Amino acid sequence: MHIVVCIKQVPDTKNVRIDPDTHTLVRQGVESIINPFDLFAVEAALQIKDASSATITVITMGPPQAEEALREVLSRGVDAALLLSDRAFAGADTWATSVTLSAAIRKLGNVDLILCGKQAVDGDTAQVGPEVATLLDIPYATFVKKMEPLDAQHLKVTRQTDEGTEVWKLSTPALITVIKEVGEPRLPSLRHKMRAKKAAIPVWGIAELGLDANDVGLCGSFTQVVRVFSPPRRTDRVIIEGSLEEQVEQLYRYLKEAKVPGI
Amino acid sequence: MNYFLTEEQQMIQELAAQIAREKIKPVRAQLDEQEEFPWEIMQVLAQADLFGLYIPEEYGGMGGGILENCLAIEQLAQACIGVATSFAASGLGAYPILLYGSEEQKQRYLPEVAAGKRLAAFGLTESSAGSDVSGIKTTAVRDGDHYLLNGNKQWITNGGEAEIYSVLALTDRSKGPRGASFFIVEKGDPGFSFGRKEKKLGIRASATRELIFQDCRIPKDRLIGREGIGFINAMKTFDKSRPGIAALGVGLSQGALDLAVEYARQREQFGKPIITFQAIQHKLANMAIKTEASRALLYAAARHMDTEPPDASKLAAMVKVFSGDVAMEVATDAVQILGGYGYMQDYPVEKMMRDAKILQIYEGTNEIQRNIIGQELNKEYSRIKETFF
Amino acid sequence: MKALVDGKKCTVCGVCSDVCPFGAITVGETSVEISDECTLCGMCVDTCEFGAISLPEVGAGPAADLADYNGVWVFAEWRDGTVHKVSYELLGAGRQLADKRGVELAAVLLGHGLGEALSSELIAYGADVVYLVDHPQLARFTNEAYADVLVDLIHKKRPEILLAGATSIGRSFIPRVAASVRTGLTADCTELDISEEGLLLQTRPAFGGNVMATIVCPNSRPQMATVRPKVMRPVRQPEHPGRSEVIEVSDGIFQNRVEVLEVIPEQDQTAKLTEADIIVSGGRGLGKAENFVLLEELAQLVKGAVGASRGAVEEGWIAPSHQVGQTGRTVAPTLYMAVGLSGAIQHVVGMQGSKIIVAVNKDREAPVFDVASCGVVADLFEFIPAFIRKIKQERE
Repeated sequence: MHIVVCIKQVPDTKNVRIDPDTHTLVRQGVESIINPFDLFAVEAALQIKDASSATITVITMGPPQAEEALREVLSRGVDAALLLSDRAFAGADTWATSVTLSAAIRKLGNVDLILCGKQAVDGDTAQVGPEVATLLDIPYATFVKKMEPLDAQHLKVTRQTDEGTEVWKLSTPALITVIKEVGEPRLPSLRHKMRAKKAAIPVWGIAELGLDANDVGLCGSFTQVVRVFSPPRRTDRVIIEGSLEEQVEQLYRYLKEAKVPGI
Repeated sequence: MNYFLTEEQQMIQELAAQIAREKIKPVRAQLDEQEEFPWEIMQVLAQADLFGLYIPEEYGGMGGGILENCLAIEQLAQACIGVATSFAASGLGAYPILLYGSEEQKQRYLPEVAAGKRLAAFGLTESSAGSDVSGIKTTAVRDGDHYLLNGNKQWITNGGEAEIYSVLALTDRSKGPRGASFFIVEKGDPGFSFGRKEKKLGIRASATRELIFQDCRIPKDRLIGREGIGFINAMKTFDKSRPGIAALGVGLSQGALDLAVEYARQREQFGKPIITFQAIQHKLANMAIKTEASRALLYAAARHMDTEPPDASKLAAMVKVFSGDVAMEVATDAVQILGGYGYMQDYPVEKMMRDAKILQIYEGTNEIQRNIIGQELNKEYSRIKETFF
Repeated sequence: MKALVDGKKCTVCGVCSDVCPFGAITVGETSVEISDECTLCGMCVDTCEFGAISLPEVGAGPAADLADYNGVWVFAEWRDGTVHKVSYELLGAGRQLADKRGVELAAVLLGHGLGEALSSELIAYGADVVYLVDHPQLARFTNEAYADVLVDLIHKKRPEILLAGATSIGRSFIPRVAASVRTGLTADCTELDISEEGLLLQTRPAFGGNVMATIVCPNSRPQMATVRPKVMRPVRQPEHPGRSEVIEVSDGIFQNRVEVLEVIPEQDQTAKLTEADIIVSGGRGLGKAENFVLLEELAQLVKGAVGASRGAVEEGWIAPSHQVGQTGRTVAPTLYMAVGLSGAIQHVVGMQGSKIIVAVNKDREAPVFDVASCGVVADLFEFIPAFIRKIKQERE
C-alpha cells in the first residue's frame, strides 16, 4: 500500500499576538510549524504502516525552507518526502494548490490512500483535501477520526459531523482528511532522525509537474484577496469591578438588557 | 556553551529534550504525587531508540558510549529525575551483561534492552550490604545444570517493573568479595518474587522494590562470565553507570536554575523584579557556575572514559560526587529563591529538592565516592617518582 | 511572485515590515525590499497608508460567458426532515445580495421524500424559487452524490453566486462542487456584500482570526462561499411569494463509490456545544476537575452547555468533546462566558464569533479581556456562586 500524506508549513498562530496599540499582527518570534492537523494525518499513516506493510510519501508545496517540515516528518518514520517548490506556486488559492498537489500525486502514481489534516490553521479552509480528491477523481471523506481497511478495495471510516458520527465505506484509492481523534502524533526516533538528516528530498517545480505557470500560484487562482484588515475592535467593552454584590448585579443587568435567552 | 558535540550527539540531545518537554514535564507532578511508574514514557523512549544508546550496533543498539547516554539522561532529568532514573537504571542492569556476558547472553538480552522492549535492573544492595559490598549474603549454589539462589536484594530500582535482573550472589562464601558472581534472573523465574513498593522522599516516579530469592532455580548459563568475577564486574559497571548519575544531577541543576531565573525575573517585591537584588543575583550566579562546572566535568570525563582509560573509577566517582552535591545545592537554592512558592507543591522546585537528595546516596554514597577517589590518588601517587616539594 | 512596491509612493516608513507575518520585507535606506519569502498574503497592502503596495493580479482574464450566469443560490440543508437554521440565515443574507444584484434568490433542496413544508418554509424565508431534487441516492448525505447533483444543476441553471452553510456537510462537499465546475471558493465567511463592480465580496477571518480578509472571485462563476452559522440574520416573511420547481436528474450521475453504513447521533456535549445559545467555559483557573461542577450548575440553570479550554482538557478535568478552540470546536453562541481562562489565541479563535463574550478572571491583565464585550474582574469561586444565587433569586 502506498500512502501519500499532504502537509503544510504554517506560521505558529498559537504564538501570534496582536499589538494592543497598533492592533496589528506581531510576528516577532513566530516560527513555522507543521500544521498540527497534518501531524495527525502523518500519525494515521504511520499507524497503518505499523499494522501492515505500507510505504508513506509526504508531500508539501511551499518555499524551499518547507524542506525542514519534510525532514521533521521523515524523523517520525515516514519513508519518503517530496517538496513542490517553484516561484510560480506563490499566492496560490486552494484551487491552484490542489492543481499542484494533484499533479504531483498523479506523477507519483500507484497511490492507494491520500491523507490530509482536516484543515490548515493559517487559512482554516478545509478545502484542499476535497479539491485534490475531486481533481484526481477519487472518493473522499472529511473529518475522519477512525479508519480501518475492509478489504483490498475498501476502507471503513468513522467521521465526526456536527450532529454525531457517521460510518462510511469508501472504495480505494480514496482521500481522507483526519481530525485529532486518530491519535496523538508520535515523536521522532533517533534512527529516523539520523536518516532524515541525510535523506535526499526531490524538489519538483512546474517543469517536473508538466504544468503551465498560468495554471498554478496566483495566476492559476480563482480567488483573490482584495483587502486584509484587523478585526474591528470591540469599542463597547464594559469592565465590571467593585464589590461582589455590585459585580453580580451589573452583569445580571447587562445580560438582561442584551436580551440573552435563558437569563 | 559549545561542547563541540557531533551532529549525532546533538540529535540525541534534541530528541531527549523534546520528550522531556512534551511527554515528561506535563505529567511529572502527577507521577510524583501518585508514585506512578511512567510506563507510557518508557514506551516513548523505547520508540525513540534511546534505550540502546550505549549498546553496540551488533546487539541492536546505537553504538554510542557513556557520553551519548549521559546526554540523553541529562535532558530527561531536566524535567524529572524520577523518570530519568528508571531509564538510566535499565542501563545499569544491562552493563554487567555487556561487560562480561557471553556472546549468547548478549545476543539474547541486549537487543531487547536496546529496543526498550524489556527493562533491566541491577541487584546488589542488601540490608547488610550497602556501601560495604563485602557484606552480601545472597548465595548461589550450583545444583547440576542449575543454580539455586537464596537471599534478598534491597531497594532495587526498577524492581518489579524490569524483566531482566543482573544479580550479585556469593558462589563461594569462603572467598569473600572474590567469591561473588553475577547472574541473570528473569521476572517469572521460579522462586523469584518482589517485596512491596518502597515509599520514598523523592524520585517517586521510579519504582523501588525488594527482590526475594527463595530457592530460585535458574539454568547455569545465566551465570555472567565465570564464578568469582562478580565484584570486578560490579566495579566496572559502576565506572560506566556513575556518569549517568552525574548526568541526572546536571539535568536537575539546569532544570532548577531555569525555574529560579524565570521566577526571579517575574516576581516583583518592593516594586522591582527580585532578580535586580544582589542577594538573588549572587545566589543565581553561584547556581549557574556550579551547574556549568558540573556539566563541563561530566562531558570531559565521559569523553575520556569512552576511551577505556585506567583512571575511569576515579573520574566516575568525581563526576558522581560533584554533580550530585551541586544538584542538591542548586535545588535547595532554587526553593529559597521561590520562597513560600518554592515550598509549595504547586511549583516544581520542592520536588526537585526532594529528588536531588538521592543523587548523593545511590550508586555508592558520595562519602564512598570520596573514599574511592582518595584510594585512587594514593595508588596513582605511589607510582610517581618525582617529588613535589 | 511577490507583492509590488510603488517606489514613488513608498515613504520607507517600515510599517509593512512590522506586520509581515513571513518576515519577507526588509527596510533599506531608501526603499523596501520584498523577498521571495512573500506569500502574497496581503497583510502589508492594507497596512500601507500611502497605498504603495499592491498584489499582482490573478491570472486568466475574464471568462467569456460570465454574463450568462445569473441569480443567487442557497444550498438548503436539512436534518431529520426539517430545514437547518443556517439555511434560513443564508436566505436572509442571500435575499440582500439578490436584491442588490436585481436577480432571483433560489434555494436548492436535495433529498428524498422531503415534505412540501420544507419548500414553503424556504420560500417564507425569502426564496423566490426552490429547486428540488428528489432521489433515493440523496436520502443520506455523501460528498459525491450531493456534489455531483449540485454540479449538474449549476451546469443547467448557471447561478452567479452560490452560498452554503459552513457546517460539517457544507464544508465537506462544497469544495468538490467548486473544483468540479472550476471556480473559486471561500470558506467560512462571516460577511458578504456586493462590490461596485457587482462582485461578491467575501470576508472571512484568517491567521487564526487575527486578521480579516476580503476575497473576490473575479473570473469564474459561480462565486461560491461557505458561511459560518449563526452569523447572518434570518428574516421570515410569510407573505413572500415563491414557486417550487422539481428537477429530475439521471441515475447516471451517481458514482456509488461511497456508502453510508451508519449514522450515529451523538448524545454528548460535542453536538450540544455548537448548538447552544449559552456556553459557560472553564480553563486552568478552575484548578481541578471537581470545580467544573460550578460551571455545570450555571449552564444547567440557563440551559446552556459547558465548554473548556485546551488547558483544562489537557489537565484531564473535562472530556475533550467540550474543548473550544483551534483544535476543538468553533462556537458562536449568543453568550459565551469565559471563566478562569486566560484567553490564549487558539481558544479565542474558537469563540470570537460569539455575540456577547463575558470574561470572569481575577487577573485584570488576562488577554481574554481583550476579546470580551464584558469583563468581570473577580475571583471566580466567589463570583460564580453569587451569580447563580442572583439568577435564582430573580426568577423567584
